[in-house]
Amino acid sequence: MLDLSQFDSMGAALRAALERWPNETCLIEADRDRERSRLTYREFRDAAEPLAAALEESGFASADRAAMIMTNQPKWLISAYAVFVAGGILVPLDYKLTASEHLKLLAHAKARVLIAEYPFWRAITQAEGFSSHKLKTVLVTEAPPGADLAGAQRWEEFKGAGKPEFRARTRKDPACIVYSSGTGGRPKGCVLTHENYLEQCTALTTLYPFWPGVRYLSILPTNHAIDFMVGFFGPFICGAAVVHLRTLRPEFVRDAFTRYKITYITVVPAILKNLQKGLQARFDALTPGKRRMLDALVAVNRTLTRRRPKLWLSRRLLPQVHRAFGGELRALFVGGAFTEPQTLQFFYDLGIPVGNAYGLTEAGTAVTTNDFKPFRADTVGRPLPGIEVRIVNPNAEGIGEVAVRGKTVMSHYLDEPEMTAETIVNGWLMTGDLGRLDAAGHLQLFGRKKNMIVTPEGKNIYPEDIENAFVGIPVKEFCIFAANYLWPQRTMAGEQLVMVIHPGPEQSADANLYSELARRNAQLLNYKRISGAILWDLDFPLTTSMKLKRAALAEQIRARLGRDAVVPL
Amino acid sequence: MRTLEQTTEEILSLAAAHFKVPRAELSPADDFYQKLRIDSLQALELLTHLENHFSVELPDYEVQGVSDFRTLASRIQARL
Repeated sequence: MLDLSQFDSMGAALRAALERWPNETCLIEADRDRERSRLTYREFRDAAEPLAAALEESGFASADRAAMIMTNQPKWLISAYAVFVAGGILVPLDYKLTASEHLKLLAHAKARVLIAEYPFWRAITQAEGFSSHKLKTVLVTEAPPGADLAGAQRWEEFKGAGKPEFRARTRKDPACIVYSSGTGGRPKGCVLTHENYLEQCTALTTLYPFWPGVRYLSILPTNHAIDFMVGFFGPFICGAAVVHLRTLRPEFVRDAFTRYKITYITVVPAILKNLQKGLQARFDALTPGKRRMLDALVAVNRTLTRRRPKLWLSRRLLPQVHRAFGGELRALFVGGAFTEPQTLQFFYDLGIPVGNAYGLTEAGTAVTTNDFKPFRADTVGRPLPGIEVRIVNPNAEGIGEVAVRGKTVMSHYLDEPEMTAETIVNGWLMTGDLGRLDAAGHLQLFGRKKNMIVTPEGKNIYPEDIENAFVGIPVKEFCIFAANYLWPQRTMAGEQLVMVIHPGPEQSADANLYSELARRNAQLLNYKRISGAILWDLDFPLTTSMKLKRAALAEQIRARLGRDAVVPL
Repeated sequence: MRTLEQTTEEILSLAAAHFKVPRAELSPADDFYQKLRIDSLQALELLTHLENHFSVELPDYEVQGVSDFRTLASRIQARL
């Protein structure tokens, strides 16, 4: 078991790893079928230290905040390490947000430094409100020659003269501020400490060890808590290699498995489903005789691996399948959203274990994961070592709100003491998810208590964040809910958003209104769209400060209307 | 050299054929996620198909947030 107790910070743990594995490969960067770069741990350190030195020379102090907006690539990890060496707090932002959302979160995080790929910075400079940003230093990577950098400096040229001073941090100091939502409403910046990450790393690598020679294919955004841990910190601490792809088209992802002999990968359910679809199509194209043979071998594998995975056996029984995944894949991890049990079982029957995890940013990534003792497709596994899970206010069937306690739970929400107090109660993180612990200690999920949805791509969508896109529609008032929040369902699949519209006395919910809703909806990213609307004829309940009482409105709607009242858009 | 209109027209025809949707149902301003009833992974599949057809490479960031045929065509046109 990995022992990180000697380290007080992520920076210190990473520094020790860079010294321990100087000649091991740590990063491989590929673009389509071309390899762009390959770095050893020594080369990684040699790239990061001048950047850390330059940050320090620029006045970047301990606990200053440095934001990152980058796709998965080596400069992401090099920059992150440089920030940790300089004692900074990392603010990894989702590169898929819009430029104005980036500006909003940069301001909320009070970032002093921004490190971004040039196209993202260019978009930010063109966004409304750009002139009021408070960034002191902006570094852009891969800017074309002669590009207008609008005050930024080239990352590639930002190098300090001497060796950086390694700035020590304590375990309780913030390491990262990770936004779990709130681009439209109140930003939820989860403040995660060095201890949170060190403990999470120890817990995860106990179940899924990394070692030199292991290759992790990093395709989920590194800003996401999952990839940050298993696509950066975890493998680096253990001397493993991370493979980045600059183009995430399915065919290049498939090629990467064989080209780089991938050991582990984490995907979201949508990608897992796509992989299943691709394999299923290949199986369906087999001749009847070969298909019968395959089905028989799958059945044998299923029987022989019922108690635990036997990779060597599965690879012999189903060599073609395993070759398609490079031949060295030990496990797929899936998380970020609900995965259908039959998809998990499909892969397990082929001898490819899927580590189905449940977690949330507030809990420092994973809370539970499948430990394959034995494999179960119907649960999200058992709590990780060191993490406690309990069910609050269970009903007769044992289903209640999932609460989590342990050293991986975040410190607080940035600048939101009230929200923090509502979320962390007596040391327990209230997840807002509904679940039950079975006799074997496995967690089963049964829906949500909170008003939000998670898409199969792993996107957390909070209805309040979508409402801005509909401001000005010709109604007296409107709001958006997760349909399963209004009408609870025992599933976390197929979640949708619905709008409640209350027209004024002179207004009507006619075709013009619905076409305007459809027009606004089409301007949203596809996973943020509402799927329907319900007509409401009463004034919304408001607080004395005229804010919507969402829970009260939901209760009123629930009492009078059912799902059949939703008009699809 | 193709004009933007020609590029757009070719994209509409290719998308219609690839996802088996009548060509007449597609127009440049349409949201391809909705009109083709595809998810984000299928949209990437479409991009690869278009890249091969036009012999261009579109970096992922260039198509980030693009969901209508006309904007997609302009991104491809800029690289022809």
